[in-house]
Amino acid sequence: MNRFAELLDRLAYEPGRNAKLRLIADYLRRTPDPERGWALAALTGALTFKHAKAGMIRGLIAERTDPALFSLSYDYVGDLSETVALMWPLDPNQKSGSAPTLTEVVQTLSTLGKAQLPAKIARWLDGLDETGRWALLKLVTGGLRIGVSARLAKTAVASLGNQPPDEIEILWPGLQAPYLDLFAWLEGRAERPSTRDPAPFRPPMLAHAAEKSDLARLDAADYLAEWKWDGIRVQAVAGRDQHGELVARLYSRTGEEISKSFPDLLALLRLPCAIDGELLIMREARVQSFNVLQQRLNRKSVTSKLLAEFPAHLRAYDLLAEEDEDLRDRPFATRRERLQALITRLSDPRIDISPLISFKNWSDLTAARADPASAGAGVDADAVEGIMVKRRDAPYVPGRPRGPWWKWKRDPMIIDAVLMYAQRGHGKRSSYYSDYTFGVWSKRDSGEELVPVGKAYFGFTDEELVQIDRFVRRNTVDRFGPVREVVHEPKSGLVLEVAFEGLQRSTRHKSGIAMRFPRINRLRWDKPPAEADRLETLESLLTQREHATMPTVGGGNV
Amino acid sequence: MRPEDILVPTPSGVCCKPGGFHIDPTRPVEKALITHGHSDHARAGHGAVLATQETLDIMRLRYGDNFAGSIQAVRYGEIVKLGGATASFHPAGHVLGSAQIRVECNGLRVVASGDYKNVADPTCTQFELVPCDVFITEATFGLPVFRHHDAAGEIGKLLRSVELFLERAHLVGAYSLGKAQRVIAMLRAAGHDQPIYIHGAMETITRYYQSRTIDLGRVELVRGANKAELCGRIVICPPSAISDLWSRRFPDPVVAFASGWMRVRARARQRGVTLPLVISDHADWDGLTATITATGASEVWVTHGQEDALLHWCRAKSLKARPLDIVGYGDEEDAAAQAEAEA
Repeated sequence: MNRFAELLDRLAYEPGRNAKLRLIADYLRRTPDPERGWALAALTGALTFKHAKAGMIRGLIAERTDPALFSLSYDYVGDLSETVALMWPLDPNQKSGSAPTLTEVVQTLSTLGKAQLPAKIARWLDGLDETGRWALLKLVTGGLRIGVSARLAKTAVASLGNQPPDEIEILWPGLQAPYLDLFAWLEGRAERPSTRDPAPFRPPMLAHAAEKSDLARLDAADYLAEWKWDGIRVQAVAGRDQHGELVARLYSRTGEEISKSFPDLLALLRLPCAIDGELLIMREARVQSFNVLQQRLNRKSVTSKLLAEFPAHLRAYDLLAEEDEDLRDRPFATRRERLQALITRLSDPRIDISPLISFKNWSDLTAARADPASAGAGVDADAVEGIMVKRRDAPYVPGRPRGPWWKWKRDPMIIDAVLMYAQRGHGKRSSYYSDYTFGVWSKRDSGEELVPVGKAYFGFTDEELVQIDRFVRRNTVDRFGPVREVVHEPKSGLVLEVAFEGLQRSTRHKSGIAMRFPRINRLRWDKPPAEADRLETLESLLTQREHATMPTVGGGNV
Repeated sequence: MRPEDILVPTPSGVCCKPGGFHIDPTRPVEKALITHGHSDHARAGHGAVLATQETLDIMRLRYGDNFAGSIQAVRYGEIVKLGGATASFHPAGHVLGSAQIRVECNGLRVVASGDYKNVADPTCTQFELVPCDVFITEATFGLPVFRHHDAAGEIGKLLRSVELFLERAHLVGAYSLGKAQRVIAMLRAAGHDQPIYIHGAMETITRYYQSRTIDLGRVELVRGANKAELCGRIVICPPSAISDLWSRRFPDPVVAFASGWMRVRARARQRGVTLPLVISDHADWDGLTATITATGASEVWVTHGQEDALLHWCRAKSLKARPLDIVGYGDEEDAAAQAEAEA
């Protein structure tokens, strides 16, 4: 457990993806079975024991420490698990080497009754060091947030056998912790585990971003085009198990199973198939904005009220398999015909096919991209993120092959904002001020002032980063820890052109507005801050969107 | 006689009226007894300074030859008569030459501990327990969450990281006096035999440690090294240099920081550290409370840090306890940064 704790500790501080991969792979290589398998399960979120409540942890520490000292400490540290891990008194009777293994912890937690839990956790805490206690408490309370996705952990495990990560994704649904067969195969000690999963994930095909010049070189007649919808890309799969029962699953683009969150979509998969599509929220036959979908994603428990208020919908792009037939090597045009036929047979209002955009040449498509509403998207135009251009004869190839698929996004929204605060980055960027808070003008009681509307830490080139960093260091007016306030007056300051994908209302921001996917588009050294945009500009953009896509939101419209 | 008749806390430090001296004064005084060389305790400009030879040497290296009107070196355990009081210096285990100062007057014993730690450190004399009636303690880490555990384990963590990320430099922030040399010595004790690189600001002190026969192995200056040479190396620098333009010369550095503050995650994250190393030259909570108990003191004065929790603990143990509000003690680094800002 102490080794696993050290890994979690390193991962929690390490910002770099490659460094995280190395740390995980190194741990998996050095740690024996079954310990490493349980660690992999913990990192991929595959552990399913019932979590301990914070109240129980508080109870344990209250029995062992002075309440005044606990309260001073908790106040200073600000995190319950961490405070308890650090304050936990040493048991003088404890022999060294009595730290529990992760295997023991996981296996005990899945069988132990609620009544015995506190005593057990206390015994484990007695045997661990500070980091070990922290990791144990995070694990048992279900608060293991260390910035590692299941995909990243699977990529790390794949590297043990020099396999592509998608190989692990394909096997994953058929595997079980502690994954002895997986490690044996990766280390060349056994055959590849056979997958008899009736509803496996298939690595998705992805598109390259296109500029108009990319398309100009292509013959429009070879391609089909459809809308790129602003939801979440999913794979909906159903198949029969050995008893002939239909098993249905929903996967995210990275292969994580999200079935539990969308029981309403699973219900429509009544025939064996594998559909690639977009998950959307549909109300009164209109696609809702991403903001609405996000509201459903943010809810933890899936209640019938939630299902009714945020009805999920699958807009299908592609058909990868039907019954036992793998369709991925067929041409796209053929797969689409099969998809259309399947959807007709399913005959369910919760699924439809993403319509094609009719065009004869690239200028037709340019016009459609500029005005999706008049080009067939109609009332759903605001949920269009761009256009997908796909070769008619292209097979479905996992990964991001260059050529067969292009995504041509709509132009982002753009505003000019003023740099207000800069914060130092992490890792490679720890000597650079690379996280920027920017604001726009607004009339307040005290007069014209800048209100922060967002934060961005990418979009600029390395050279621009050096320039902004220099500007920040030379124009600092105040410091708060790693944050510097930089000059932001009407006549002096730095104007940033910020691009973003959307806006939503937010109670967490002083401005009342939050941006989606903001990034620095350009540095406007030429522009005086006084000429930057105003909050009213953002508000009017937001109001337009609300009126366009959510006419009925807000009135208990179930 | 009351303790307050021997030592009076003043805003500029503790003053011994019968002996006519101050301990670690923060403003220039006639006669100063200095516990150790960190700049928040040892300042230039006093009339006479009494300290260990090492502390005097360190002050000279930092402030130049004329840092005081006159100086007197005092050995550990030597008793010095000053006016109506006697004073002696005893190892504090904090940094090279650091001392606790014991003052006795009419049979009443007061120990001003300065900064101290009661764990092993290969670069300085081990902390000595000095029985007393009144114990003046620091409280830098005076909260029960500060448990420094095993410094050797932290060195192991650093070495495992060096082994894993061989193509990167490991940049270790450490205070220039004491921590830097302790980290180097511990790396040597753990078997690391590669050259270790240091920032120019710690060169003088490090060479001084080496001259006092503390074996630090091969220590090179970053200044003379090229980028390729620094791959896979451990580089020790003042904490402020991590976020400085200076750090850009390193190949994709892993940023570490050796400090007791690294025990608390929020502090480590705020610093932008990716490899926090809990290595402290101050006593942790267990060290503070164990030392207070062992001195047998019935009264405890708390100078600087997180006083509240320690005062509460003392009172719960029926010890008389009071905070001393002395302005100007704190982190060695804060004092250095302040000096930098003033310069």
